[in-house]
Amino acid sequence: RVTDESGNPLSGVTISIKGKNIAVVTDAKGNYAIPAAADDELIFTYIGFAKVEQKASNANLNVKLATDKQNLNEVVIVGYGTTRKKDLTGSVSTVTAKDFQKGQISTPEQMIAGKVAGVSVISNSGQPGAGSTIRIRGGSSVNASNDPLFVVDGVPLENSSISGASNPLSFINSNDIESFTVLKDASAAAIYGTRAANGVILITTKKGVGGRLKVNFTTNNSLSTAANKVDVLSADEFRTVVNAKGTATQKAALGTANTNWQDEIYQTAFSTDNNISISGGIKKLPYRLSIGYLNQSGILKTDNLQRTSATLRINPSFFDDHLKVDLNLKGSFQNTRFANTAAIGSAVTFDPSQPIYSTIKDGRYGGYWEYRDPTSPTGLSPLAGRNPVGLLNQRIDKSNPMRGIGNLQLDYKFHFLPDLHANMNLGYDVVDGKGTVFVSDSAASDYAAGGTGGQNNKYRQTQKNTVFDFYLNYSKDIPSIKSHVDAMAGYSYVDYLTKVYNYASYNAAGVKYPNSDPAFPYNEPEHSLVSFFGRVNYSYADKYLLTGTLRRDGSSRFGPLNKWAMFPSVAFAWKIKNEQFLMTNNTLSDLKLRIGYGITGQQDGIDNYAFLAAYGLSSSNASYPFGSTYYQMYRPGAYNPAIKWEQTATSNIALDYGFLNNRITGSIDLYYKKTSDLLVKVPQPAGSNFAAYFLANIGDMTNKGVEFSVNAQIVKTKDFTWDAGFNIAYNKNKITNLSVIPGTPATDIPTGGIAGGKGGYAQVFAVGYPRNTFNLYQQVYDSVGKPLENVVVDVNKDGIINEKDLVKSKSSNPDVFMGFTTNFTYKKWNAGFVLRSSIGNYVYNNIASNNGNRNQILGNPVLYNASRSYLDTKFVGSNIDLLSDYFMQNASFLRMDNFTVGYNAGAIFNKKANLRLNAGVQNVFVITKYTGIDPEISSGIDNNMYPRPRIFTLGGAIDF
Amino acid sequence: CTKKLDLTPTNDITADEVYKTPLGYKQALAKVYGAFALTGNTGGTGTPDISPEIISDEGNSDFLRLYWNLQELTTDEAAWTWPNDAGIQGLKEMSWSSDNAIVKGVYYRSMFQIAIANDFIRQSTPDKVSGRGITGNDAADIKKYHAEARFIRAYQYWVLMDLYANPPFADENTTIAVTVPDQIKRADLFKYIETELKAIEPDMAAPKANEYPRADQGAVWALLSRLYLNAKVYTGTERFTDAITYCNKIIGAGYTLNPKYRNLTVADNNLNTDENIFMIAYDAKYTQNWGGTTYLAHGPVGVPAATSGTSGSWTGLRHTQQFVALFPDPSGATDVRAQFYTPGQILEMKELYKQTDGYSSSKYRNLTHDGKPAPNADPNGNWADIDFPIFRLGEVYLTYAEAVLRNGTGGDATTALTYINALRKRAWDNKAGGEITAAQLNLNFILDERGRELYYEAQRRTDLVRFGKFTTDTYLWAWKGGAAAGKSVNDKYNVFPIPSIDLTSNPHLTQNTGY
Repeated sequence: RVTDESGNPLSGVTISIKGKNIAVVTDAKGNYAIPAAADDELIFTYIGFAKVEQKASNANLNVKLATDKQNLNEVVIVGYGTTRKKDLTGSVSTVTAKDFQKGQISTPEQMIAGKVAGVSVISNSGQPGAGSTIRIRGGSSVNASNDPLFVVDGVPLENSSISGASNPLSFINSNDIESFTVLKDASAAAIYGTRAANGVILITTKKGVGGRLKVNFTTNNSLSTAANKVDVLSADEFRTVVNAKGTATQKAALGTANTNWQDEIYQTAFSTDNNISISGGIKKLPYRLSIGYLNQSGILKTDNLQRTSATLRINPSFFDDHLKVDLNLKGSFQNTRFANTAAIGSAVTFDPSQPIYSTIKDGRYGGYWEYRDPTSPTGLSPLAGRNPVGLLNQRIDKSNPMRGIGNLQLDYKFHFLPDLHANMNLGYDVVDGKGTVFVSDSAASDYAAGGTGGQNNKYRQTQKNTVFDFYLNYSKDIPSIKSHVDAMAGYSYVDYLTKVYNYASYNAAGVKYPNSDPAFPYNEPEHSLVSFFGRVNYSYADKYLLTGTLRRDGSSRFGPLNKWAMFPSVAFAWKIKNEQFLMTNNTLSDLKLRIGYGITGQQDGIDNYAFLAAYGLSSSNASYPFGSTYYQMYRPGAYNPAIKWEQTATSNIALDYGFLNNRITGSIDLYYKKTSDLLVKVPQPAGSNFAAYFLANIGDMTNKGVEFSVNAQIVKTKDFTWDAGFNIAYNKNKITNLSVIPGTPATDIPTGGIAGGKGGYAQVFAVGYPRNTFNLYQQVYDSVGKPLENVVVDVNKDGIINEKDLVKSKSSNPDVFMGFTTNFTYKKWNAGFVLRSSIGNYVYNNIASNNGNRNQILGNPVLYNASRSYLDTKFVGSNIDLLSDYFMQNASFLRMDNFTVGYNAGAIFNKKANLRLNAGVQNVFVITKYTGIDPEISSGIDNNMYPRPRIFTLGGAIDF
Repeated sequence: CTKKLDLTPTNDITADEVYKTPLGYKQALAKVYGAFALTGNTGGTGTPDISPEIISDEGNSDFLRLYWNLQELTTDEAAWTWPNDAGIQGLKEMSWSSDNAIVKGVYYRSMFQIAIANDFIRQSTPDKVSGRGITGNDAADIKKYHAEARFIRAYQYWVLMDLYANPPFADENTTIAVTVPDQIKRADLFKYIETELKAIEPDMAAPKANEYPRADQGAVWALLSRLYLNAKVYTGTERFTDAITYCNKIIGAGYTLNPKYRNLTVADNNLNTDENIFMIAYDAKYTQNWGGTTYLAHGPVGVPAATSGTSGSWTGLRHTQQFVALFPDPSGATDVRAQFYTPGQILEMKELYKQTDGYSSSKYRNLTHDGKPAPNADPNGNWADIDFPIFRLGEVYLTYAEAVLRNGTGGDATTALTYINALRKRAWDNKAGGEITAAQLNLNFILDERGRELYYEAQRRTDLVRFGKFTTDTYLWAWKGGAAAGKSVNDKYNVFPIPSIDLTSNPHLTQNTGY
């Protein structure tokens, strides 16, 4: 019989015999029977309890399993310190390596896509290393940033792009990451004050654990293919339209080729990702060193990312563990060639009846077929598209950026008062992003009359970010009053200094273009934050927990009026399970109620000096003459001396639960976030400032939502286990006030710029609607449901159709999104998949709206191909169609992110090493009604996105 | 460490640093003028003056392209082929709303230039100048700059008064980011502009005595004459005698017609010091932007690159057949002002958004008067070098004649006929045949002659409004009111609406009647 420490029977405990292939499971009363010899070693395992090995010495072997302290005392990193997972009062989710998304992943945030309730991670494109749009509980801003704060091993990262890299996080090798901790609600995140309104994601990398030398080598090798292409007319369909409706000139311009331009620009791309890490301890010096090499080609030809990364972590202790030192160095170099993504749009619309290469052998345009016009100085049709293959091959955009992130953390436990710790953290983040763009002299895209065109331009940007934190932590058990107190107070200084170099433009031969010198050789935007913070945790009888935090932040981004702000939070948790009445309940193994409230701020995504009156000098090619001299102009910039923090008040109420000895665990959270003093770019009364729109703290917005997650070990036997996790989040975002003048109606703020014509917007920020609500004409349909061209609803019935008839309807934000993860293991095999779904998100199909009509083919100076939606609508291409809601489509989807199979070959090389093999497919399928190339577009505007590839991966790992 | 919270920009500087030197004043004055010509502080595009929420495509956000569109696309003179370009729909059809992008665009561009001028005026008072230790000739120059900034502001207020009737009013006393401007009534604004122009007149350079293309007294007089010609529209009171007074001042200052009409709109038209009164200067090397005369040279449909002196046509602008009919024949063989381009085009504008419907124009040519590239010409044919006449003598002659016909005093019919026939003679390429008789000189003739002489010079809408023909059925052109044959529209369209976004950000504003 197997029981827990207090004698309660445990059912489902696995008992196996060491070295034999026999295993049984205890029944509901904890009883078991196993055919074992007296000297057999029995192994008792059960989730949440420590493993026990015991000789089968007795025919009635009763075993008591102790709860696994390791598990219950699992420590979670929170801001400026750690806490035990069971003592958490805020909404904190942790994803560790075993739960990461698998496969070819070149940027770390993708590893938690679909894994955390309320955290949406949408990759921005299929380009190697491309970044993601991450929204925690819907995002809480309009024109300021909606991105969470990333803190890597205690170094908060600047929320900005890096020249020469598609995504700043791509510098971090995902293989080095041990865990992600997501601080979702205010009581968890408020310790990060001003930058926590959109949540905080803490990334912890792996460290050395001491002991003997361990080596781990992993390799992943994959092939990427274009999963989907934009639906356009074939060359024959195209010729049919031109021959039926075109002019004599247009018919004569048709070619005889059948070119599928999209096939010509995409490729099956090979990638390899190899990592080696060594860890161990040299005497008492634990270390981990890892080196990674990634070489990933994109499905767009010529696209390639190579990354070499190295990390070193040394974490020794001195003076009898009184001083803990943690040195953490990460460096990464990239060597990238960016494909010219202009080819994607060009391949959709380029004339399919024309060949890739021209039959005219005059040496122009690299031999590519181009739309020509002999009367123009360049010999090319002005404003016409350029050959997609030429665009790719004739532009060489190479960069070799590097990034180094490191910190030294010292934690000292006072000798005279071991309950008191002092912790100091010195960190840096340096970036050097640089590259060159070379476009051949003969390239049509940059062709110059007389043949001295092309480009040979360089760019460079550096960042020097520094962090200094210091805090004292006092932790004390006071058994006499059954209390535990944990208090922390600290100071933090961060400075972000960027240097952007400006260069003149050069032609392919390296000759400077006249008058292209920049007004200034460089610019050095900088901002800094000074903070004081504190936190108190108090627990009583291990049942009642109270946490309070306070942070005061000063920011260089605001003027004297509003430089400082205070961000408090308070949270309470009740461990109901520890109450007498639940202690003995065997079904319910954990129950905790959490209630929290707090205020967080937001100051990212805005200009560094918006509060200051300053003048900018124009570049030389924007001068004005007086007499024979051209003067560069001084322009006063718009400013707002009263600009200040955005603040978000979050209330959170949640229940954490566990059943059957925590074989089933999960949480349900309800939250309400209200952002006020929203930083919005609003219209300025004309004549009152130097810009028509400028940032002001106007408006309020709410996010309400529910998150539910459950993780279960459905089957657990010796040979077969089945785990599954499911999370679902509902979020409702609403802008509740945007009035520039309090109490008066607000203006709608346009957003969601679309292609087609010279500038239009498909979305608005409007009171009473979610962010990014579509604002379009309502299409009228005929009796068989076909859209009537140029017929939309005259909403205000004034007899004319104009901007007043636009209707606000759906939004690009989903109502609900879900993630489902499951893993099976059977003996040495394992398999798993991840499904992700989004419901209620709409996308405006800008490719169809812009290209799906006959004027696209025949109404331009040259012939262009059209989207196939033309065959459905037969739109000629009149004025109103572009903004018709016919092109706004429900883009709800279900996607299988990955499917993986693994085989644990076990010991090889005389048991000196262990081998694992894996194979997988990423982006397996998407089920959606959306007609465009991919429904998952965070902006809601689908316009020539770099398609997300389908990736097939084979990999392996050896440990020795 | 809290001192580290006081950070300042690297390259942007404060007012005291800008206005430290006479050169700084001149560079700030360059923006007051440059806000006419450019779209922002970077050649091409990059750092726009006008927020993208107003005009998302920076190339469409300069003063001339926006203003030209409101003054021409709403009339018989021009139509644009691309309906999805922001703000195009509704102009020709006369169904624009207070959210129309071009209606917003001109309003915010004019108010922007006024705000820039206000700032310069604040910084160039005698106190400020002497306080910065600038004296002597430098201070005297800055006094002129100060007057010129007031002129630019008066001109932009005239634009706003003409288009929007009752705009907000901001001057040097408006505190940036604090004061919410009041609305000014059209008649009060008229008085303000008149008073300002008379007040600055003595401080302005004598006619033709200033650096090109800075404004001088000739520009002040020309604006006054245009203001008085249209006074009845703005205030209900006729001021034709005053119009004649200022025409006489200009004519007496020695301006003469350039002998060749064709030379008025070419790349070296800055050389026409005889006729030019006030110009917006463009240069392919130094004032790069996608509006201005770059738009006017590229815009017309079909004109070959070799003719327009550009990289080719943007296949946009065409004329209605009614406008072409103002000319004796469209070939230009009789009246050389008929600068039409017809190959591939049909006369009748059967469809509004079809590039082959309606004749095109080759009036703006980015080549010098002898057909060569300008000195700073763009080898790729993108940017234009043609300067644009805000005021030139041809208009003044027509204003004189019209004011005389409308019973203004201080002029006479004989002189009026002389001026008109001088224009006619030039139009007939200095050959006989174009002259008219005194009996032929009537108001309808004047309107038609203004159409012929000043076409594509952004004056048509103002003229049609003054003659009561803009919204009524007394003159119909293709697609007026959205009908192929043209139809009358509500007379509210004689002025444009205040953009609705300014109504929501400025509580002092009331919308114009009917919108």
